[in-house]
Amino acid sequence: MHNTAPGTGPDTPHPTPRDVPRPTAGAAQDGTPEGTALVVEDLCVFRGNRLVLDAVGFSLGTGGALLLRGPNGAGKSTLLRVLAGLRQPDSGTVLWHGHPVGADTAAHAARVAYLGHQDALKPGLSVVENLALFARAGRAGADSAQDSDNPAKDHAPGAQRGQTAWPNMTDALAAMDLLPLADLPARLLSAGQKRRTALARVLLARAPLWLLDEPSLGLDHAAIDLLGAALARHRAGGGLVIATTHVPLPLPDATTLTLPPADLHDEGAYA
Amino acid sequence: MTALFWGIVLRDLRLALRHGADTLGAVLFFIVTATLFPLALGPSPALLRHMAPGILWVCALLAALLPLDRLFGAELEDGSLDQLLLLGLPPALVALAKMTAHWLTTGVPLLLAAIPLATMLGLPASTLPVLLGGLFLGSVVLSLIGGMGASIVLGARRGGVLLPLLTLPLATPALIFGAAAIDAATTGLPFKPDLELLGAFVAAALPLCPLAAGAGLRAAAE
Repeated sequence: MHNTAPGTGPDTPHPTPRDVPRPTAGAAQDGTPEGTALVVEDLCVFRGNRLVLDAVGFSLGTGGALLLRGPNGAGKSTLLRVLAGLRQPDSGTVLWHGHPVGADTAAHAARVAYLGHQDALKPGLSVVENLALFARAGRAGADSAQDSDNPAKDHAPGAQRGQTAWPNMTDALAAMDLLPLADLPARLLSAGQKRRTALARVLLARAPLWLLDEPSLGLDHAAIDLLGAALARHRAGGGLVIATTHVPLPLPDATTLTLPPADLHDEGAYA
Repeated sequence: MTALFWGIVLRDLRLALRHGADTLGAVLFFIVTATLFPLALGPSPALLRHMAPGILWVCALLAALLPLDRLFGAELEDGSLDQLLLLGLPPALVALAKMTAHWLTTGVPLLLAAIPLATMLGLPASTLPVLLGGLFLGSVVLSLIGGMGASIVLGARRGGVLLPLLTLPLATPALIFGAAAIDAATTGLPFKPDLELLGAFVAAALPLCPLAAGAGLRAAAE
């Protein structure tokens, strides 16, 4: 299950795949084609005594998108958290360009932009103040990407950052139509506006791998179009998107991975 | 990396400024509890002067505990903890940044409030530098140990009850040496050894507590 077509979005403004990833050892063995950035093999995760994820595996190429579907409790969010490095899998591997993710979680964190269930906004801070720290993190990542920007070391930590050109806070706010709200305290925002702010944080991370947990939650049609444009631009720059969803998302030619209901795993959980 | 570290500190300071009532709460608690002692013990200057070091230290210790509950708890509840851990900083540095912010928003105001309280309790002005020096080191220790405790009980039910039970016993050495230093200074004995022991305590806690706290944060995020 892989999608290796960078820049196939219909409305891609800047098709600049800067980085041409080489096939990794693992990918070559599997026979996966060039451009495979993320390989997940045999991922198993227990929550309590319950096997939530049972031997999940997929691979995703640069510019690829994967939709995670499945009923409530199927482990979609858990899978995203494992991919973000927030949670260690009980077995199985996650490889980023052939390198195991668990080996250096801080380096992996720099490659990931994670949008959780919650918007993670402080009600007392304004939109800009909420995002400032994360804009700083994105900038730091982009700088280190430039420093280590030589072909021999393209797997260096942070080297994958800065692919997508979202230069600054203003662009990210504009992309989510938040400029008029920039100085408003987050407690005054509506649910959809909060979600858009959280999405702006994803843009600001300038990370190649976007992990989005129900990104369209609370968004109106206009905002979903903005999200679609941002996703297309990210993928055109070689970025990856993995999103959970229950509603259609503006992700053209995304592959779909349907996780089975967790109940089916029960007998496997305890022998 | 340092930019991110100070970014977290700055963000917490800004938050503390916005929620001024929460921030002032600890200091007001310190002032009110310390003022209760003269009312309960009676106005004898000799007695108060004798008890002042202990009163100030115990009250400061309890006051510093107050905001610890929310230090990481608020971040966990609104999902910010995930985002902080994904900044690309090691979890120990995230924890250290939060501890630094706790010290700046709680420890420093406590130090300032200790000056009028010491005067009120009749401590000789000559012992003020020793009191402040001891409280300075002691408040750093409290922020470090308290932050560690807060991250360990993070996500646990009744964490608010567990936190003092976990933190206070670990903070007793700081209490003993800190209060002893002022006692020594008032009676004219050498107070330096006590302060040096406090310093040693800081030196040990500074690398160890953030590491433990970082592990606690990681476990809480899972």
